[in-house]
Amino acid sequence: MVGIIDYGAGNLYSVRKALHYLGMTSTLISRSEDFEKVRALILPGVGAFGEAAHRLEIAGLKKPLQKWLSEGRPFLGICLGMQLLGDSSEETITGQGLSLVRGQCRKVCGKRRIHMGWNRVDYGDDPLFQNIPAQKTFFYFVHGYALPADTEGVMAVSKYGDSFAAAMRIGKVCGVQFHPEKSGKNGLTFLENWKRLWDV
Amino acid sequence: MGCVRIIPCLDVNNGRVVKGVAFEDLKEKGDPLLFARKYEEQGADELVFLDVGATVESRKMTLNLLEEVSSEIFIPLTAGGGISSDEDMRSVLRAGADKVSLCSAALKDPELVRRGARAFGSQCIVISIDARRVGEKWHACTHGGKKDTGIDAIDWGKRCRELGAGEILLNSIDRDGTQIGYDLELTRAMSQAVDIPVIASGGAGTVEQMLDGVIQGQADAVLLASLLHDGKLTIKEVKDYFKEKGVDVRC
Repeated sequence: MVGIIDYGAGNLYSVRKALHYLGMTSTLISRSEDFEKVRALILPGVGAFGEAAHRLEIAGLKKPLQKWLSEGRPFLGICLGMQLLGDSSEETITGQGLSLVRGQCRKVCGKRRIHMGWNRVDYGDDPLFQNIPAQKTFFYFVHGYALPADTEGVMAVSKYGDSFAAAMRIGKVCGVQFHPEKSGKNGLTFLENWKRLWDV
Repeated sequence: MGCVRIIPCLDVNNGRVVKGVAFEDLKEKGDPLLFARKYEEQGADELVFLDVGATVESRKMTLNLLEEVSSEIFIPLTAGGGISSDEDMRSVLRAGADKVSLCSAALKDPELVRRGARAFGSQCIVISIDARRVGEKWHACTHGGKKDTGIDAIDWGKRCRELGAGEILLNSIDRDGTQIGYDLELTRAMSQAVDIPVIASGGAGTVEQMLDGVIQGQADAVLLASLLHDGKLTIKEVKDYFKEKGVDVRC
């Protein structure tokens, strides 16, 4: 069972549908008491860093999440959910992230104010990217900020103006700046790998 | 730098795909789920579903359709047509859409854009602007292009951006279904006026015209309907041509 953290930041339906399609069962979690019922956690998220950090805090989820991460239990942060693994963001002066890794999210500067659409992801040989054709490494992004490419644990980068962190992994704790649930076959393969690697 | 997106648009009425010329004379083209599968297979970067039927029954069928498509197709889905309240937005998102497209309702109540962006995020709010050329300018129209609001289309785009819109779907009413090419001046004017992506729509008949929309019109994405539905062109053909011309596309 996968717990999708529901803290009022964005659309959880797409993530659920993709997990369901791949044969994973999921439940929405809004209280830390429910953490013990699941094997893995997904932290989705859209919107502003500061507001999301604040919501996690007032929902009483921040400390339990930090504990989960420090124990190295299976975790996947998607989009803002990955950014929240850092300390802070240029986007807002207030709001402290989960600080699993040191780093401040920076603005991505390309043609448009936000990076929206498909882009190439350059990755090493991480098992999460297994079976994704090397010449077709496209994933779908929608974001204005991202962790720097040299952040601890980053094993895939992408470029919109400058390079930024596209995916990271420290043991079983992972984060992706793209949306695997909206990245067609590549995204499904990624989630399938995640499922298989940690038996979630 | 990110790829130019090729986005098939499915106008649906009572659960079936339809298409007309200049928003009139709707002709039935087939089963939306089959179209969606086919386009996803061909490499569509996103899909847009516009409910062009004005009835409650047609709306319900569109929600069912979104449910079906989103349970098996994992690329971004936009839903539009007749969305006029916070509740409407919520119901299409719950049915599986990732973005909602607002048109007439946003013109009537611009605060809807702000509320939508606050509740669901800017990336979720696509403003569809039906623009009709009036002299040297363009006016935003409603009701499938029939009513001229008198509002300057470019100003309206800028205003929506300020209200929190994440994208602009720009339709040229004059060119819709004509296959004589996009209104490039309109596309470029909008693209330069806002810092959010602009999707060019209405009038593309050839791959060369689509490329013009991207290069001259500076569009971030192109919306296609008739050409694909009629099998005159495949998404792969468009992408192959773009690649050959040095425009980055997802393959």
